[in-house]
Amino acid sequence: MLPAETADAPALHQDSSAAIDSIATESLTGAEIVVRALKDQGIRHIFGYPGGAVLPIYDAIFQQDVVEHILVRHEQGAAHAAEGYARSTGKVGVLLVTSGPGATNAVTGLADAMLDSIPLVCITGQVPTHLVGSDAFQECDTVGITRACTKHNFFVSDVADLPRIMHEAFYIARTGRPGPVVIDIPKDVQFKRANYLTPAQVPGHRTYKPRTLGDQAKIEMAVELMRRAKRPVFYSGGGIINSGTRASELLRELVALTNFPITSTLMGLGAYPASGDNWLGMLGMHGTYQANLAMNRCDVMINIGARFDDRVTGRLDMFSPGSKKIHVDIDPSSINKNVRVDVPIIGDCTRVLEAMLSAWKSQPEPALERLDDWWGQVAGWRARNSLGYRKSSETIKPQYAVERLYQLTKARKTYITTEVGQHQMWAAQHYHFEEPHRWMTSGGLGTMGYGIPAAVGVQTAHPDALVIDIAGEASVQMTMQELSTAVQYRLPIKIFILNNEYMGMVRQWQQLLHGARYSHSYSEALPDFVKLAEAYGAKGIRASTPDELDAKIMEMIDHPGPVIFDCRVDKLENCLPMIPSGAPHDEMILPDADELGSGNATVSEAGKTLV
Amino acid sequence: MSDNTHAAHPTQPASAYFMVEQKPLATRTTLAVIVDNETGALARVVGLFSGRGYNIESLTVAETDHLKHTSRITIVTRATPAVVEQIKLQLGRLIPVQRVIDFSVDMPGIEREMALIKVANTGDQRVEALRLGEAFRARVIDITHSSHVFELTGTPTKIDAFLDLMKPLGLVEISRTGVVAISRGPEGML
Repeated sequence: MLPAETADAPALHQDSSAAIDSIATESLTGAEIVVRALKDQGIRHIFGYPGGAVLPIYDAIFQQDVVEHILVRHEQGAAHAAEGYARSTGKVGVLLVTSGPGATNAVTGLADAMLDSIPLVCITGQVPTHLVGSDAFQECDTVGITRACTKHNFFVSDVADLPRIMHEAFYIARTGRPGPVVIDIPKDVQFKRANYLTPAQVPGHRTYKPRTLGDQAKIEMAVELMRRAKRPVFYSGGGIINSGTRASELLRELVALTNFPITSTLMGLGAYPASGDNWLGMLGMHGTYQANLAMNRCDVMINIGARFDDRVTGRLDMFSPGSKKIHVDIDPSSINKNVRVDVPIIGDCTRVLEAMLSAWKSQPEPALERLDDWWGQVAGWRARNSLGYRKSSETIKPQYAVERLYQLTKARKTYITTEVGQHQMWAAQHYHFEEPHRWMTSGGLGTMGYGIPAAVGVQTAHPDALVIDIAGEASVQMTMQELSTAVQYRLPIKIFILNNEYMGMVRQWQQLLHGARYSHSYSEALPDFVKLAEAYGAKGIRASTPDELDAKIMEMIDHPGPVIFDCRVDKLENCLPMIPSGAPHDEMILPDADELGSGNATVSEAGKTLV
Repeated sequence: MSDNTHAAHPTQPASAYFMVEQKPLATRTTLAVIVDNETGALARVVGLFSGRGYNIESLTVAETDHLKHTSRITIVTRATPAVVEQIKLQLGRLIPVQRVIDFSVDMPGIEREMALIKVANTGDQRVEALRLGEAFRARVIDITHSSHVFELTGTPTKIDAFLDLMKPLGLVEISRTGVVAISRGPEGML
């Protein structure tokens, strides 16, 4: 038996039963329970913003130094920072905000985490229990507002429930399909005392036990289809990333063994290396020609951890018409939601891939020559060079800027975040990811303003890494204030703005769909980003011509602090290739087409109503 | 592996891209949802239906196990088979939901609904109303010289039929519980 630990002993008591005995009867305030539970869950960084209804928790934070608090400038920033932290580490991200506006400001980040399946725990203060429902100062119905944009939420009415709720929240956030969980704690509950319980005393949830092991018969059926396939394609998604780095290793092994081509969603980039021989590039609306055509013409599609999102499928009734579809997903509701599949496998990607690999290896290798024709077709599509663009010696093409950024940073341990829009798609197309967890972007919700706070979160988790937010000048202004956070905590994030003075993707759609009437998509008044950086205490760099780009990028990389890089790019460049709204995969606009024109020839009337 | 895989399943919910106008047949489905009776559990279920555009024809809820704090929610919805499938799976995603039972698939079930029906009349109308009440095995649970309240249990169609008959006989007010359902045979569903 181990000696009993004292109350202020170091965190992480899970392994010591003696420690559990000693603290099982320990009485703590609600606020102390919150901080203790964070420590015991292995949390070392949280992002937050104080306010009246969370002051007791901030007081408890002040009196310890295990959990470091990063003070953001807006609660949305706290949520995105926690997302960046979670996405780049595979751990649960934590944010702490006050009641009312604190909670409502966090809602965008919670919704973002919900759609991209990012594990978050968000602790919100609430007005004291006796004032709940009285329209008190800074009161809002936090659990009501966040019900639809969280995986689960809790209102803590009794401090005795708080230890259990804290640990259950972490369990729910990271288990099954991950997602955000809100814990709403009234101020009086933060002052009241209760006995603390360790994570070992609250090991899970009474009824929530998602299935992780795939059905073996279905897995064998899937492998049999794969063995007979002549035109197969892997379609992998964010589920691989969420499942952990082991899933990526297994995926790489399976791709190598089968020699099938592989494409990935925006959220899945990095699971299979972009330098890999079987890599087709990203698929979907701005995916490569070869990826989309392979999806369209395949005979067996193996979807692992993706959800047939509308950005990927295009027109549903013409989506991959001749294929047998295998779908691996941990969330049963993703199966048959948008696309009917032939072999659904509900389970965690890692477990299912393990089972697929052993099933594949248990039989003799099928002849690799059966794929020769298929690879020949793929080679033909690749030759279309769908990511090509017209080079220029006068202006910086945005694609060129991302290419140069990639070339000059690829040898380093680099993490990329983005905002939302054209620059995001150019980053996905032209920055090539070799490892999982290196790419943080708002895929499902498409949240402009995601990139800077996400970079803050990533840099907090990886202080020695190079963290770059590939940004647009419009998006970046939505959460620009988080640069102040980066300066305060000496987080040397690089904000690489592809500045075309337009909300580029809006402008592109207006050109394509609305007769080039650029309604409110041009920024008539932009800040001087170099001076703005200096005002925040960061460094500002501007590049306007291709010949100065490399040196300026190196200057950015070599600067030890945060940088805003104002990269002045071609104002009217379009992001291609593109599958127009409502079109199937084999009707792409390619970069060698006569640009988009200002007409509507390529888009149907029905397509115009789509997003 | 036929090209009409999707035609065989004509409903493609939740996609911005599917522009083909189609009106597949919606069927009436009764679901029993077993939930942990915690704060907000009902709001989650109801919010799911409104948030995802599913319809609710009737809904009943009560705690059925006071020790385990388990409640049973009975929902009648009208949707295509594919949407019913999604409804069940989406309900399954909610953390407090333990189980979803579909009485059209998992096990044949029986349904009952109760209604309290107030009728105000005298003379021949009163005699006729009470006679019809007897035929429907409705109980009279409140009576005055000029009114009475029926308690009627049965399937929703039976109650509808009775209400139609009461309309010309002085029907004043109706209160209905919504449907509750249970499986036939000796086996429990839990």
